[in-house]
Amino acid sequence: MPNVSFVVNGTRHALDLDTRTTLLDALREHLHLTGSKKGCDHGQCGACTVMVNGRRINSCLTLAVMHEGDAITTIEGLGTPEHLHPLQRAFIKHDGYQCGYCTPGQIVSAVAVLDEIKAGIPSHVSADLNAVPQAVAAELRERMSGNICRCGAYSNIVEAITEIAEAKA
Amino acid sequence: MRSFTYQRAHSPAEAAASAAQIAGAKFIAGGTNLLDLMKLEIETPAHLIDVNGLKLDQIEATAEGGLRIGALVRNTDLAADPRVRRDYGLLARALLAGASGQLRNKATTAGNLLQRTRCPYFYDTNQPCNKRKAGSGCAAIRGFSRGHAVLGVSESCIATQPSDMAVAMMALDATIETLRADGASRAIPIAEFYHAPGDTPQLETVLAAGELITAVTLPKPIGGTHVYHKVRDRASYAFALVSVGAIIQRDGSGRVALGGVAHKPWRVASADAEMPRGAKAVAARLLEGAKPTAENAFKLPLVERTLAAVLREARV
Repeated sequence: MPNVSFVVNGTRHALDLDTRTTLLDALREHLHLTGSKKGCDHGQCGACTVMVNGRRINSCLTLAVMHEGDAITTIEGLGTPEHLHPLQRAFIKHDGYQCGYCTPGQIVSAVAVLDEIKAGIPSHVSADLNAVPQAVAAELRERMSGNICRCGAYSNIVEAITEIAEAKA
Repeated sequence: MRSFTYQRAHSPAEAAASAAQIAGAKFIAGGTNLLDLMKLEIETPAHLIDVNGLKLDQIEATAEGGLRIGALVRNTDLAADPRVRRDYGLLARALLAGASGQLRNKATTAGNLLQRTRCPYFYDTNQPCNKRKAGSGCAAIRGFSRGHAVLGVSESCIATQPSDMAVAMMALDATIETLRADGASRAIPIAEFYHAPGDTPQLETVLAAGELITAVTLPKPIGGTHVYHKVRDRASYAFALVSVGAIIQRDGSGRVALGGVAHKPWRVASADAEMPRGAKAVAARLLEGAKPTAENAFKLPLVERTLAAVLREARV
């Protein structure tokens, strides 16, 4: 008997899971969507970032059974090798990675960051809380701080996101 | 992680009743702190009551001209609310200084108030910790204590409350509304919400077993310039060594609360009264009775200097 059902990248799944199963483990071990990565498994590194109902979260810090009826987007739902998401193409162009382990989380997070800026959500570095935030480098660095890159590709990651932010503007 | 049973609650009354009836039950909302601790078996609930379906996710104006913030309002949504940004800038600033974008999207208003300390000895299950295991001792007092409390400490515990949001709530005189299993509700001023560690540091708040936070209310806005300064080891996504939240009026009067220095956001009435006289006078009142360790004594001058920076910023 399934105890939870949710939609992942447009496909509905009904699963019978141990209550302890995190959303990340459900995606990786049960649905074999291994794009989302397990780094720290404690919400500190961001490698597991997915979007739930359009908002980015750490999939390692939430239980799968808590997502009844939710719509989940992973890196596999953003683009494919044949049809890359614009941010995937920008990460390749700007060399926004070295080992690549954090990259799916970085890209999912970046997609959500651009949506959050568009929605007018302020950040710690926004000078005026009541002004419309801009996708400038300082804002991108602050908003991406929940995604750690041990190889240190940060400057190229910011360049990749900036290119897409400017193309959208 | 220890195994547990799981229930989706559909009303606050059902959630509170279940919590009272089922031994070892805990509420789960955002889960960003609770699941972290469950993975380490520091928290071992036998039953989880998922409160995400309780529809406590609205921010409403109160008859008194303030705001009533539902317990389940996410940190991102609270910081982005136009009324909060306009009238309670200190709260928006404190929220945005905390955690990461991913965590703020999940973390709730009530959960943020209840988050546990990040004391490394609380997290390390090989070490004694009176908060994790009552009576086992405190490894922090003679350990690496650079990040620990300097105010309100006891012989049993020197842990800090890590919330940035709570510092703003303290300066704003927030009230915490709750519901108990017997249906009784009460309103707790945030100044009375956190217990001093004493010899029972495992008891952190005045909440009774199974008592559910339903909302946090803010009184009518008081105007003034709102500033939150957080001093930490990196520019983003780190807990405070010291933080200062202040509301400063044109005549120099105001309010101030500190984070990163105690088991609760630290506010002292006599310190507020010294605001027109500047950082040195205010800090002297705030830090009365401080008991730092050799490793965290730097927090005392850091409080005064951060406060001076806050007052300077408010004058610009």
